[in-house]
Amino acid sequence: MASVTFRIWRGDGETGEFVEYSTDITEGMVVLDAVHQVQAESANDLAVRWNCKAGKCGSCSAEVNGVPRLMCMTRMTDLPTDVPVTIEPMQAFPTLKDLVPDVSWNYEAKKQIKPFKPRTPDNEDGSWTMYQEDVDRVQEFRKCIECFLCQDVCHVLRDHHKHEEFVGPRYFVYTAALEMHPLDTEDRTEELKKAFGVGYCNITKCCTVVCPEGITITDNAIIPLKERVADTFYDPIQWLIRKATGK
Amino acid sequence: MAETKEYDVIVVGAGGAGLRAAIEASAHGVSVGLICKSLLGKAHTVMAEGGMAASLANVDSRDNWKVHFADTMRGGQYGNNSTMAAHHAREAPDRVRELEAWGAVFDRTQEGRILQRNFGGHRYPRLAHVGDRTGLEMIRTLQDHGIHQGVDVHMEVTIFHVLKDGDRVVGVVAYDRERGRFRVFKAKAVVFATGGIGRAYKVTSNSWEYTGDGQSLAYHAGAELIDMEYVQFHPTGMVWPPSVRGILVTEGVRGEGGVLRNSENRRFMFDDIPDLYKDQTADTPEEGWKYTQGDKESRRPPELLTRDHVARCIMREVRDGRGSPHGGVFLDIAWIKKNLPDAENHIKRKLPSMYHQFKELAGIDITKEPMEVGPTTHYAMGGIRVDGDSQMSTVPGLFAAGECAAGLHGANRLGGNSLSDLVVFGKRAGEHAALFAKENGWGTIDQGQVDSAQKTALAPFDRPTNAEGPFQVQYALQEKMQDLVGIVRRDDELKQAVDFISGLRTKAEAVGVSGNREYNGGWHTALDLDNLLIVSEAIARSAVQRQESRGAHFRDDYPEKDESWGKKRSVTRKAADGSMEVFAEDLPPIPSELQQIIEENR
Ligand SMILES: Cc1cc2nc3c(=O)[nH]c(=O)nc-3n(C[C@H](O)[C@H](O)[C@H](O)COP(=O)(O)OP(=O)(O)OC[C@H]3O[C@@H](n4cnc5c(N)ncnc54)[C@H](O)[C@@H]3O)c2cc1C
Ligand code: SF4
Ligand code: SF4
Ligand code: FES
Repeated sequence: MASVTFRIWRGDGETGEFVEYSTDITEGMVVLDAVHQVQAESANDLAVRWNCKAGKCGSCSAEVNGVPRLMCMTRMTDLPTDVPVTIEPMQAFPTLKDLVPDVSWNYEAKKQIKPFKPRTPDNEDGSWTMYQEDVDRVQEFRKCIECFLCQDVCHVLRDHHKHEEFVGPRYFVYTAALEMHPLDTEDRTEELKKAFGVGYCNITKCCTVVCPEGITITDNAIIPLKERVADTFYDPIQWLIRKATGK
Repeated sequence: MAETKEYDVIVVGAGGAGLRAAIEASAHGVSVGLICKSLLGKAHTVMAEGGMAASLANVDSRDNWKVHFADTMRGGQYGNNSTMAAHHAREAPDRVRELEAWGAVFDRTQEGRILQRNFGGHRYPRLAHVGDRTGLEMIRTLQDHGIHQGVDVHMEVTIFHVLKDGDRVVGVVAYDRERGRFRVFKAKAVVFATGGIGRAYKVTSNSWEYTGDGQSLAYHAGAELIDMEYVQFHPTGMVWPPSVRGILVTEGVRGEGGVLRNSENRRFMFDDIPDLYKDQTADTPEEGWKYTQGDKESRRPPELLTRDHVARCIMREVRDGRGSPHGGVFLDIAWIKKNLPDAENHIKRKLPSMYHQFKELAGIDITKEPMEVGPTTHYAMGGIRVDGDSQMSTVPGLFAAGECAAGLHGANRLGGNSLSDLVVFGKRAGEHAALFAKENGWGTIDQGQVDSAQKTALAPFDRPTNAEGPFQVQYALQEKMQDLVGIVRRDDELKQAVDFISGLRTKAEAVGVSGNREYNGGWHTALDLDNLLIVSEAIARSAVQRQESRGAHFRDDYPEKDESWGKKRSVTRKAADGSMEVFAEDLPPIPSELQQIIEENR
């Protein structure tokens, strides 16, 4: 057992400070365990989100020593413990209190995206025939646990605050999952270009690096979406078809 | 004054059951408010792994709803509400197809249909799934569909009181976690879909949300609880490292061919096979393996017996000194490389989150080494008593669905029967709550009830903080429930637990909290204590009463089933003087047409 010092952000977005707490670290502990221990021992009113403690719900996102990660999947043995471990809330969103950010913007962003619209069923019982190889691609995107770490790290949101014009990597993954769903009949190309601002992404791949689900956000979701936009808007034949069909 | 909002129907809980109920109520043209403690999409349902049971018969054409019904009743040791079990088996396939229509992408068969996997107690491969993250697929599908159905969502809002007008429910009182402000929700009908009680125990697969709020608040509102002694201990939770003890290891590992071994390398599950399942269980390891690989002539390996039995066998091995180094047994999936050419990738594809979980949290590569596992508190079969058709509780206007409701699973739930339960009965509850709202106008909110609920909720701030804090009281309860009301129970220990709980109530009522009302974990925990104490007392006292062993309830002092107890269920309710009343009542007879299906599928 060894005592480790943590510098934890206490306060809201406007005012606050890092407060130091020490607690004993035992074998196998993750950062979230340490935060809970601090909460139970010396800071009962510390605000922190969590649910599954197994990397499945995407609740416990925070910045540990400046790196956006899931606290429940960050083992203490992976961090230097001779210096204090710094924990602060995700910086791309306003802070409500302590480690809890206001992520409501994400829920609003999702609502703008047109929902799934399937073709008529293939089979009499109302089901469809789809093969595994047709759904592999979409299943990768559907692994997303909505932790918003990719949103946190994306400079378009974090540094340039384009929240009004840019939905962020999470929602490109979501749009890609809909657009590439074998059954979907909706077209979201126009809003991808305009309202969702896919053009702001300059393929830095920071989002892919932080994704705890290992989704290849940039290569598999964003680049194909950019190509769709380019094809539709800059290809004269596509442009004519759109004009003619009103799509 | 607390802010007041009005909805025809209020749904409390945004897991599979709550979301499905809200969608259905909204489809019936009433206004709907949906309230949840966490952010949308984070409810417990997101954690479900193995799959969702429905007799689609895509993998084995012999399957149909009758077999599913009979399996569910056998698994529940016939303590189930047979009406619910029949509705569930009949309607589950449509509910799965409906999820597909709303965008869910299940794993596929060679023929391009929804793939189904084997699970304990199910005769045929029956669980529609997506790798080992089926719950995520379900909750995301319902969430993404639900946000376009005109439902108002109130996230991170906790309800702590039910408002009544005479006999009838007319609303709930809540606080928002962010600011700690009170809110009153006025409603014509209320649906509880609040989940389970796992946080009453120390070792559990459940999250902080599972403090039995729905069960306890319904109880205080006058509703009856049933079957509270039936708590499911899942046989395979992680046991090491200590900080992850209890986290679930899906049954899907065994469904894919994983085997249990003790420290002597023996597949101990072959040593004790209950009579009820003798005919359906493999005689040899070879037969068991073939079964997991889809051979229709083979019978299932004993690792896939019901959860209660597997959990007790593991306990026995550990107790008799044949456990693993950290007090569990070994679960080995890596061995399948003897039989499968590309086993490593196969495991990673079929069980990706298990691979990830062990790699990240325990430093173990499950494609190469065995896991260490042991029982963990997982699921409450007991809960709010509901009508089998409408899901209404014994209090008019209060409905319940999902894990917080009781009846479907009897003495033991089969894996995969919860996810299907959520959508089958979520839909029914939403529909009947909407109908109730249409048939009944607004009731009257009594400001006196609102004021007194708020006063009670604020009391911890006025109390000194030098006594035991909220977390310490919670830990003390969890510790005792684990030791005395766990997998193996005894009269004297259960009674000791009942006494302990009443002593702890005094401490809970003295808990003080510091800080302000904003996102204050200590305050929230202090308010959860009453709920935890109510469900714990109900579990312990129902367990004292049932002097036999059945399903998940195992009594060391009454190790056998007792026929007369088999015809009874436990009921818990609040007596007129405010004390808890626990009694046994006769189970209603199973209708003859359903009894016949059971006989045909023995
Ligand atoms: C790790 C794990 C794996 C599992 N795997 C499977 C599986 O493969 N197959 C299967 O069938 N089952 C599985 N189960 C069981 C199944 O997941 C749960 O029983 C089910 O998801 C419960 O769903 P629910 O809709 O009833 O409640 P939940 O999804 O738990 O939702 C409860 C909701 O109620 C809200 N709530 C609670 N109290 C309050 C309050 N006071 N005020 C406001 N809101 C409140 C919560 O915020 C939450 O939104 C698994 C369980 C676990 C833990
Ligand atoms: S690749 Fe695009 S979306 Fe991802 S972080 Fe970089 S700019 Fe943002
Ligand atoms: S795409 Fe990855 S990083 Fe982004 S929200 Fe989803 S899981 Fe998190
Ligand atoms: S608590 Fe669920 S991802 Fe960390």
